Amino acid sequence: MSPLTRRKLLAGAVPAAAAGAAALHAVVPHTHPWDDGGEAHAAEGAHAGHDMSAGAGAGGGHADFRDGRTVDHAANGFDPHAILRDFDWGRTTRLPNGRTLREWELYAVDKEIEIAPGIAFAAWTYNGRIPGPTLRAREGDRLRIAFVNGSAHPHTIHFHGIHPSEMDGVPGQGAGQIAPGGRTVYEFDALPAGLHLYHCHVRPLAEHIAKGLYGAFVVDPRDGRPEADELVMVMNGFDTNFDRANELYAANTIPFAYMNEPIRVRRGEPIRLHLVNVLEYDLVNSFHLHGNLFDWWPTGTGSAPSEYTDTVMLCQGQRGILEWTFPHAGRFMFHAHQSEFTELGWQGFFEVA
Amino acid sequence: MALGGGARTWLLGLVPLALIAGAIGAFAALGGPGLGERRGVPAEELVVERTTLTPGIIELAIRNDGPDAVAVAQVVVNDALAQFSGAEGAIGRLGSATVRVSHPWIEGDAYEVALLTSTGGTVVHEIAAAVESPAHDLGFLGLMALLGLYVGVIPVALGMLWLPWIRRIPPRWLRTIMALTVGLLAFLAIDATLEGLELAGAGAQAFGGAALVFVGAAVAYALLSGIGAWLADRQRAAASAGATKGTLATLMAVGIGLHNLGEGVAIGSAYSVGALALGTFLVVGFAIHNTTEGLAIVAPVADERPTARRLAALGLIAGAPAVVGAWIGAAAFDTSVAAFLFGFGAGAIAQVVVQLAPSLRDGRGRTLHPMSVMGLLAGMAVMFATGLLVSV
Repeated sequence: MSPLTRRKLLAGAVPAAAAGAAALHAVVPHTHPWDDGGEAHAAEGAHAGHDMSAGAGAGGGHADFRDGRTVDHAANGFDPHAILRDFDWGRTTRLPNGRTLREWELYAVDKEIEIAPGIAFAAWTYNGRIPGPTLRAREGDRLRIAFVNGSAHPHTIHFHGIHPSEMDGVPGQGAGQIAPGGRTVYEFDALPAGLHLYHCHVRPLAEHIAKGLYGAFVVDPRDGRPEADELVMVMNGFDTNFDRANELYAANTIPFAYMNEPIRVRRGEPIRLHLVNVLEYDLVNSFHLHGNLFDWWPTGTGSAPSEYTDTVMLCQGQRGILEWTFPHAGRFMFHAHQSEFTELGWQGFFEVA
Repeated sequence: MALGGGARTWLLGLVPLALIAGAIGAFAALGGPGLGERRGVPAEELVVERTTLTPGIIELAIRNDGPDAVAVAQVVVNDALAQFSGAEGAIGRLGSATVRVSHPWIEGDAYEVALLTSTGGTVVHEIAAAVESPAHDLGFLGLMALLGLYVGVIPVALGMLWLPWIRRIPPRWLRTIMALTVGLLAFLAIDATLEGLELAGAGAQAFGGAALVFVGAAVAYALLSGIGAWLADRQRAAASAGATKGTLATLMAVGIGLHNLGEGVAIGSAYSVGALALGTFLVVGFAIHNTTEGLAIVAPVADERPTARRLAALGLIAGAPAVVGAWIGAAAFDTSVAAFLFGFGAGAIAQVVVQLAPSLRDGRGRTLHPMSVMGLLAGMAVMFATGLLVSV
């Protein structure tokens, strides 16, 4: 509908014509959404459960994709539910000096993924998934990560943590950026204990990160952490129309993946969530838990939690460990406490049984 | 067998056509040799042609304005994914679909509806201020008819009441009055053209966009010229020498009527999207503005004695299309159609102006003499001034 400007019919006429308009207002058939019982209820009904005629009542009153549809995880080659508890300890051998050597092979590959039902996104991935594999080691282990670039663009793997400069995975140092078809090996010690991340560090940075080249990197303390149901969530978003703003938000890539199929956890069992924010284009991201509070360990490095809260805010690259136990059974939401992100996909449920 | 000369001529004319058809067929059968695949990413162009708001529902009529098929995958309202129905499959070139979005919109608030396509592209549609769309029931059609009467029929009828006066004024003043009507009409033609171009810019470009306005104008000009010539032939056959004046009045009424059709479309569509406050101010403004159109109709018949019935018919031809236009605009608004109609109205008026021009001539055969120029300028000034009443 174009702005109808035939003699600018309305805009200016309104104030001057208020009296006349008011006179006709009474005789012109019209309704306000709030002044007619039936109409108003229809509007409220739409808010509470969506109008059934405009798509099935998907989402149970929450924002959701059309008719509650979901993406084809099999075709994508990864499922956010599998990623949630998938910790990759690598191929383990013992070095002559008694230390543990962990080896991984990561490869970059360009891949089209269904980022939302019916929407294709030309992603760049590590090992065909977003986020890339969650690499896990113990403090002091020797780590050897072979990187093969199967993408059509140059890439690196830049790890957060303590390591020599030539292992930093940035252009101009060590192997520098790895050309398509190239290979390199990043080798360093797992230090320090905490929750870290890795990502590509080739310019333009925003593009290389936003297209999907990142993952979580967990270093456990030498003595390990107490038993818990361990989860990993990498908070991300996708700029599908290249306007340097995200159209979709999620934890572990697929929006609403934990809405339609909640994360099943046990009542009374400790939960440890490894939470990493890699969101590009937005200044901050956040995590909010319903019906509970959690201990917050920024970067997972401290000896004691820094806060007992239900909401934390993270900028890009910030991460931390959350620990809590559900005392009640039922469904508890979690989501970014930025409503925009929430209703563009970054929300889910814990199903406590 | 010997073909007649006429048939042979026609066959000769068909030879190039047959060759073209054969070449196209061969080209298509061979898959366009040498051209290869289309380059580049799909060009997605969707135009929102119509927005309808009912409680809890935002309905968008969309048209694919680009060369490639477009599939609407998800809908986002004010940065939140929303449930919707319609547009289930891909929309082909020039195809259309209706998307019904479930959203508890609030009157007066602004909304941004983004259609997320299968490639991740967004088509953003702004709703400046949400207002419920009128139901297209009998009461609404009655209201639109009333509106058409107010802004079309009644002002034109009132303007025609100048007839007794212009009958009594001297011929040179009558010429000035004719020049005044030419000024009025010229202003309307320019106004309608600009309005049509503005509308055309907003609609689907694949249907021609701004070209539609000029096509509309050319069609109207040619049609009215043809009809005028045909009427003149018939009347000449009937051997009534003075009848061409009557033809001119009819053409004038038709031209103004076509203009009022476009005006009615604008009013009806503005009302249906809530962009129009119906008020006495607006109606009074249109009444004054359009009253001058009545003067233009009666000026050519000043030295005749038309029957009341004929005058009523002329008034209806000129004014009643506003009612029809209001219905069209409110119930089935389409920017491309509206742009064409505005061009059509402008072309009709231009044709009338050309017809009127000879009646401006003074004793020495000049069209632009001081009195007529004065009339022309006065006519444009009157239209400009009364136009202000219904603009900002």
